[in-house]
Amino acid sequence: MSVDSIVVLGVNHKTAPVAIREQLAFSGDIQIPLRKLMGIPHCVECCFLSTCNRVEVIFTSSRPDDAIRGVRGFLFENSSISEEEAIHYTFLHQGQEAIIHLFRVASSLDSMIVGEPQILGQLKDAFRDASEGHATGAILNRLMHKSFSVAKRIRTETNIGSSAVSISYAAVELAKKIFGELKGKKVMLVGAGEMAELAAEHLINQGVGGVVVANRTLDRAVKLARRFNGSAVALTELVEQLEGVDILISSTGAPGLILTRDDVKPVMRQRKNKPLFLIDIAVPRDLDPELNKLDNVYLYDIDDLTSVVEGNKAERDKEAGKAERIVAEETLKFLQWLESMQVSPTIIALRQKVEALRDRELARTFLQLKELPEKEKRSVEILAASLVNKLIHDPMLFLKAECPPEEKQQRLALFRQMFGLDQHLPSRKDSDETR
Amino acid sequence: MSAFFLLILIGYLLATSASVAHFITQEKNAQQAARALLIGAGVLHTVYFVWRYFAAGHTPLTNNHEAVSFFALAMTWGFLSFRWRYQVKNFGAFVTPLLTGLMLVAFFSSQKIHDLPPALQSKWLPVHASMALMANGFLALAFCGGLMYLIQEKEIKKKRFGLFYSRLPSLDALDNLNHHCLSIGFPLLTMGIITGSLWAKQAWGAYWQWDPKETWSLITWFIYAAILHQRLTVGWRGKRAAIMTIIGFSAALFTLWGVTFLLGGIHSYVG
Repeated sequence: MSVDSIVVLGVNHKTAPVAIREQLAFSGDIQIPLRKLMGIPHCVECCFLSTCNRVEVIFTSSRPDDAIRGVRGFLFENSSISEEEAIHYTFLHQGQEAIIHLFRVASSLDSMIVGEPQILGQLKDAFRDASEGHATGAILNRLMHKSFSVAKRIRTETNIGSSAVSISYAAVELAKKIFGELKGKKVMLVGAGEMAELAAEHLINQGVGGVVVANRTLDRAVKLARRFNGSAVALTELVEQLEGVDILISSTGAPGLILTRDDVKPVMRQRKNKPLFLIDIAVPRDLDPELNKLDNVYLYDIDDLTSVVEGNKAERDKEAGKAERIVAEETLKFLQWLESMQVSPTIIALRQKVEALRDRELARTFLQLKELPEKEKRSVEILAASLVNKLIHDPMLFLKAECPPEEKQQRLALFRQMFGLDQHLPSRKDSDETR
Repeated sequence: MSAFFLLILIGYLLATSASVAHFITQEKNAQQAARALLIGAGVLHTVYFVWRYFAAGHTPLTNNHEAVSFFALAMTWGFLSFRWRYQVKNFGAFVTPLLTGLMLVAFFSSQKIHDLPPALQSKWLPVHASMALMANGFLALAFCGGLMYLIQEKEIKKKRFGLFYSRLPSLDALDNLNHHCLSIGFPLLTMGIITGSLWAKQAWGAYWQWDPKETWSLITWFIYAAILHQRLTVGWRGKRAAIMTIIGFSAALFTLWGVTFLLGGIHSYVG
């Protein structure tokens, strides 16, 4: 199996604008594109990944150049894009590059937001669909499982996924550092705005107990409250409402402060000093900066949150460096395995194994039969050698027989598994874990 | 037996290094090592206590070495029992250095086994002394939690996230920890004072005679009583509770050492 037979071809957020990507995105039954792909001449195994940021085909081929043309044609068949343009917008990775690319995608190093966790799930789904459609074989099975275990390793050994790199995420992280569990906590939205709604959505995903919406126009508040399954109040009730609220996100267009230190101070006593997390994403600011000086009140304005995000980005870039090293290391391991997945190294490995077994058993036998004359020892040795040779003769023929390349890979995989030839490769175990 | 005690001290020292290493590197192996080392040290330490009990022929809580050693032992098992019930991230990195400090004090105090002075020959000795020292153990844990709270609170308030922010648990978890430690430590402290008073009546004929140790233990008691009372009524929590816990623990330490070494009084034979 030559490493160049592994290819990844597709478009992603780095190579094509969204106007192009949306023309290629697939929805509906994923088995249909898979069947089409498998119908492309010389395409042996394949896996098809389609998300909002990327459409990629991972495949192996005995004649990559022909298959690449076929796959590119397939990707753009429903679009109005010419072949020349198509080449311009697609990326093509072959061999070692393809392996590195896949590992980077799986571990979210290639994502728009580096470290975001969804891509691994999407890749796993894509692989599951492909293997259900019998589109994958020995090579892709191994490669995809390996990419999952690389992603897992990067997630545990680096902090790539731990930093919040968007304002709303940073707000959620902070809330968790203050409240621990967000279950049962109450959120209040003051004013409406995209960022405030996004933050509220993140908080709801974390299981907050209820949402209250206050707005200058009650009408808008009611609408928003309905969306979050919460209740609406008038802006004049703000201070009263604070007694039962844990997190407040303010984003009104008011010209001045809507909540001052003196408003909140008495409320804290009523709240029995339960912590209050105030998030002010309005410009000009809604909340009195002095509020942060109250005990158990934590005030973050938009600049504070932005600087948290910037700090996290720097941290994340450092972690990404570590992750790239892991990718390089795991790619090397995979290449080693791939090299062994050929007929002659497999035969050599089997020979070495059976000969070692033969020698060990002979030595053990001779230890017990010390009186055996030299001539008879020779006979026993010949017996052992010919037994071993006869036993492996047919399996070797099976391996060497002419057959289509995809079947050859399956035979090799089966053969290596049957004789336990991959046991010296520790990576085998890793990929089993993710199954 | 000094060599055996040294071995235990080294166990605590290693557990401390592993805890601090885990704190800095976030390495899981270091955490497991820290836990194993601490359990090992705790078991040996318990064996040491039992051995000393038989070697002395009386409850070994009669001098500074024994008292501080038992204090540390109570703190160790208190800490380990918490970890078994619920996890407080990196609590160990704060607890183990304090434990090691206590063990160093115990190590450098006279380890000689004395005959029991007549004044201490009472059934009350094991009850009173162990209660008071176990109370100290839990109050020390609350102290560590309070320290962690103040650090974490400061980073969140100042919006400058350094070494601690990601490594310390949430404020809520630390506040709960404080409450949890106090709700065990405070009843123990109360029992320690009551049993002491009953013993005083028996030995000296009066429940209370304002000896410095008595006075200071009462001051300590009032501090902790205030924290718990205020938490229930007006919701004193978070920073204020943490600061008060730290003050309370200073008072508890003064009751243990300050009184004995600085003020004297009838309790001062425990030296």
